[in-house]
Amino acid sequence: MGFFELFMQSLPRLVQGIWITLQATLISLLVGTVLGIIFGLFSVSKVGFLRGLNRVYVDIIRGTPLIVQAFFIYFGIPNLTGIRFESFTAGTITLTLNAGAYIAEIVRGGIQAVNVGQMEAARSLGMPRRMAMRKVILPQAVRTMIPALINQFIITLKDSSILSVIGMPELTQKGKLIIANNFRSAEIWMIVGAMYFIVIMVLTQVSKVIERNLEYGKS
Amino acid sequence: MVKVEVKDLRKNFGTLEVLKKIDLEVNEGEVICIIGPSGSGKSTMLRCINALEKATSGTIIVDGNEITDEKGDINLYRRNIGMVFQQFNLFPHKSVLQNITMAPVSLKVETKQEAEATARKLLKSVGMLDKIDAFPHQLSGGQQQRVAIARALAMQPDVMLFDEPTSALDPEMVGEVLNVMKQLAFDGMTMIVVTHEMGFAREVADRVIFIDDGYIVEQGPPDQLFNNPQNERTINFLNMVL
Ligand SMILES: Nc1ncnc2c1ncn2[C@@H]1O[C@H](COP(=O)(O)OP(=O)(O)O)[C@@H](O)[C@H]1O
Ligand SMILES: [Mg+2]
Repeated sequence: MGFFELFMQSLPRLVQGIWITLQATLISLLVGTVLGIIFGLFSVSKVGFLRGLNRVYVDIIRGTPLIVQAFFIYFGIPNLTGIRFESFTAGTITLTLNAGAYIAEIVRGGIQAVNVGQMEAARSLGMPRRMAMRKVILPQAVRTMIPALINQFIITLKDSSILSVIGMPELTQKGKLIIANNFRSAEIWMIVGAMYFIVIMVLTQVSKVIERNLEYGKS
Repeated sequence: MVKVEVKDLRKNFGTLEVLKKIDLEVNEGEVICIIGPSGSGKSTMLRCINALEKATSGTIIVDGNEITDEKGDINLYRRNIGMVFQQFNLFPHKSVLQNITMAPVSLKVETKQEAEATARKLLKSVGMLDKIDAFPHQLSGGQQQRVAIARALAMQPDVMLFDEPTSALDPEMVGEVLNVMKQLAFDGMTMIVVTHEMGFAREVADRVIFIDDGYIVEQGPPDQLFNNPQNERTINFLNMVL
């Protein structure tokens, strides 16, 4: 079988795979962003307990390998509780918890990058802390956060390949299965790599356009 | 009528005693200029008045509201105390108009229409009406500071605090900001101004206060304080800056 024939034959399954990859990545990023904003706000809260909660969450996620987290959620939790997840669900939960922790750090960094004078100006006008956060700090923080968020998008997309270890049927897992049948590992891994590469290049270009439009007064 | 009353104000940062015993009364319509060496506690004192810094002890009452009362509604009290910062602190993501209307509209003090009408009036009075749709980064420092003054006035405060409002400006822009402040003083605003502009203090202040090392060392009408200072530390300071 020539390369072209091999390519056409494996393409449908690989497209299925990248579709799963994109789904898992998108869900993880969306839910992870919500988690990240909540925990990021916790991290700058006046309430010590909330700051502590954020610290514990972020430290656990950052301090353990993704693969161990995936094994724990896919094998450990059923063992502990009897609740069993599908590999896609377990994988997406893992990715979400990861993205959430890293995005919480991005949100914290973004908020702390806003000059303290901004909060003081808003407060001096009589705006309560929450209102000042919402109307003055966060809109500025988001601008500084966007490049880091797009970077996180790319990291999460690549991290999803690790979830093949629990059999999530994403792109890398599809590649493995195809190779198990035809042993054409060089060509298949090249195609799989190219597919990741193309998606990431597209994202990188999109991010450049967004970054260029971030200057004040343009939007 | 006394607008601002500071009684036995003390402020520590950790073990550093920044304000040691400050007593001050400011009458309605009075313009106070505060001078003193860098690090003497001028900004800290000003920031205690609107509780951007929490007083360690003592009492501060502004227009009948006890700022230092933990149970008081500080957000409400602050509406009545405008503040202008050395670094302007305009909101960079908002236009000039939005900078001015944000607080009155968000706090439901005025409707959007009312707030915009007020903003126009204020921008006219600070000579910035033609920049109403500009963004802060498109303005010079002097222009930004004039907008910042308009923004503070939009809450219709009874007292205005200025923390070295011209110190971050290029020399050629100092005058335009001081002129706006002069007009404000002339219109009867109660003002407390931390400044190094001795000319402004001489001309506009009703009373000049010299702070050093966390104490009010000497105070009096500008004529007296500048021409006939009594305390040795005041004399030394004035010799350095005049
Ligand atoms: N947030 C802070 N934490 C610790 N020390 C501070 C803080 N703000 C001011 N200080 C210290 O308090 C002293 C007085 O500062 P400040 O009021 O800014 O002086 P001034 O405005 O007269 O130059 C300085 O020694 C300064 O370093
Ligand atoms: Mg100062």
